[in-house]
Amino acid sequence: MITRTITIKNRAGLHTRPAASLVKTAARYKSEFTIIKDQFEINGKSIIGVMTLAAEQGSNLELRFDGPDEEQAADAVLELFERGFDEE
Amino acid sequence: METIIKGIGAAPGIAIGPATIYSKQAVRAQIKPIEPGEVEAEIERLRSAIARSEKELQKIIAFAQQKLDPDDTKILEAQIMILADTILLGTIESRIRTELKNAEFVVFDEIGRYKRLMLSAPDEYMHERAHDVDDVMNRIIRNIQDQKLVSKMEGETIVVSEALTPADTVIFSRNKILGYATDTGGVTSHAAILSRSLKIPAVVGLRTVTRIAHQGDSIALDGYSGLLVVNPTEETLQALQRKAQRFKDFEERLTEIVGLAAETLDHRHIELSANIEFEEELEFTHTQGAAGIGLFRTESQLIGRSGFPSEEELYITYRKVVDGIYPHNVIIRLFDVGGDKLAPGSFHESNPFLGWRGIRVLLDRSDLFLTQLRATLRASDRKNLSILIPMVSTVREIRQTKELLEQAKGELRARGEAFDPNIKIGIMVETPAAAVLADQMAAEADFLSIGTNDLIQYMMAVDRDNMAVAPLYQQFNPAVLRTIKMIIDAGHKKNRWVGMCGEMAGDPVATLLLLGMGLDEFSVIPTVLPEIKKIIRTSRFKDAKRVADKVLTMTTEQEAREYLLALIRNQIPEIPLEP
Repeated sequence: MITRTITIKNRAGLHTRPAASLVKTAARYKSEFTIIKDQFEINGKSIIGVMTLAAEQGSNLELRFDGPDEEQAADAVLELFERGFDEE
Repeated sequence: METIIKGIGAAPGIAIGPATIYSKQAVRAQIKPIEPGEVEAEIERLRSAIARSEKELQKIIAFAQQKLDPDDTKILEAQIMILADTILLGTIESRIRTELKNAEFVVFDEIGRYKRLMLSAPDEYMHERAHDVDDVMNRIIRNIQDQKLVSKMEGETIVVSEALTPADTVIFSRNKILGYATDTGGVTSHAAILSRSLKIPAVVGLRTVTRIAHQGDSIALDGYSGLLVVNPTEETLQALQRKAQRFKDFEERLTEIVGLAAETLDHRHIELSANIEFEEELEFTHTQGAAGIGLFRTESQLIGRSGFPSEEELYITYRKVVDGIYPHNVIIRLFDVGGDKLAPGSFHESNPFLGWRGIRVLLDRSDLFLTQLRATLRASDRKNLSILIPMVSTVREIRQTKELLEQAKGELRARGEAFDPNIKIGIMVETPAAAVLADQMAAEADFLSIGTNDLIQYMMAVDRDNMAVAPLYQQFNPAVLRTIKMIIDAGHKKNRWVGMCGEMAGDPVATLLLLGMGLDEFSVIPTVLPEIKKIIRTSRFKDAKRVADKVLTMTTEQEAREYLLALIRNQIPEIPLEP
């Protein structure tokens, strides 16, 4: 299992569009992907779950990857956060 | 007996007709145990309900795309994405299997969990999302239960509902909907934005309308003032019909006045422009014959969302307005909000009107301010954009804004972006401090725009929403008039033009007086624009000056108002004035 803590960089936070790219990226891997914010824990492959987080710019999230391709999944998802979801 | 309910005017227009009460057939999702042998059939019901729901939404989107701005349809696309959420659907299916419960109950329970989480969030943006989630949930459950969507309405009707989802708003508009009235919602709710683009009058935020109005009751709604009357008396109906007629008449007379200049009989030219808040209003602004936008309010981009918009988002909106009005000019007012909009819940202000607002917030949050300034500058490349600073009370605030503007220019230069290097920067004169120092302010700014709504409140020390003192909110009070005259003179002495973007600029009773005081620009809500132009075109500047001189010697508001009212009735007898 891999656990990472990240800070949201893009201005709009995790709103509908970034949420959709996140879910799409995570869906390409077999590993389970969990996002933890405050005490909430949601499945990172579920759009309704990610929408419920609506994490704003500057929020800290804990990301957890668990499965056979957890390293690749973590790399792909972290890169997406790093790029600020290609917004701006 | 008639009942008047005050709400928020969300889409302009007047509608009179019978009520259709639309209650979301409170989806009943009773828990029902199922036999293990029924599981597959139950899951099949779920899957076909999802497929039907998706088809319905696709149809609504296709319909919406013909009628709406593409941006508005994004609201609906989020719902489609939820229908395609495989994790969510997988969870629902496995719960049906393991818990042996009926599909609609599991959908209700599982999706309802997310809805409750969203509703427990502190910001309005998440509450709007909760409505979307609720809409999807109801749609699936209804389809599981195989109920037909009740979107057909009988005849011409006013839809009265607790809340309207964007999908409802669009789908109903296929019927002869005269207007919308809802208990909940604000000017920025999605249903409000959609009804404006569909050009259907709407009043939202009525709180009690679904309890007061019954199916078939006669309803009159006024989307201009946000009033709704249930079972109106003959008198009320006639008054509203007159108001509706008045707008219709003016619309008809537009052909005669729309292309003409706002110029007095003795050739004094007036800049007559419009106040707008949404790019959707541009078309109406054109048909009303505005010579530009004198006040473009930008706050709506901050409301109903969480987080601050990106430079790109702001720029795209500004770009649309600037291009839409070109070759005329746009005056963009920097965010004029209370600090709570930028840092929700961070602290409590016992007196927000005297608190952290307008330029005070912007200068303290220079990161956000620079974002808006860069977006504004980028939209200025056609040289038809000026900046207006809200809530100025010291000269230093203007200087600091100019410094930040220079910084923003530097950043854009480094990025190689085009902008107007000589962009004009004006101030709202709406605090007594700015009024008293109007000459010093004018020396520092390129133009002055008088914001009468706040200026009168601060001058008279009156909150006009407080019924106990509201009568003291007097726009023709000698103190107010003398102050306005002083601001205009101070601006002119420094060779600056002086405009007005408060409500007073759009009051036909005040037009002659303001004209005579030398006001250069009137920025008004688009609906009254032709009326004000008509007054200007039938007046002589020479006479107006005499009127202004005389009014400035009067000692009471009543005296001034009665005198001006008599003059305008005499000048244009057919003008319908509010009582």
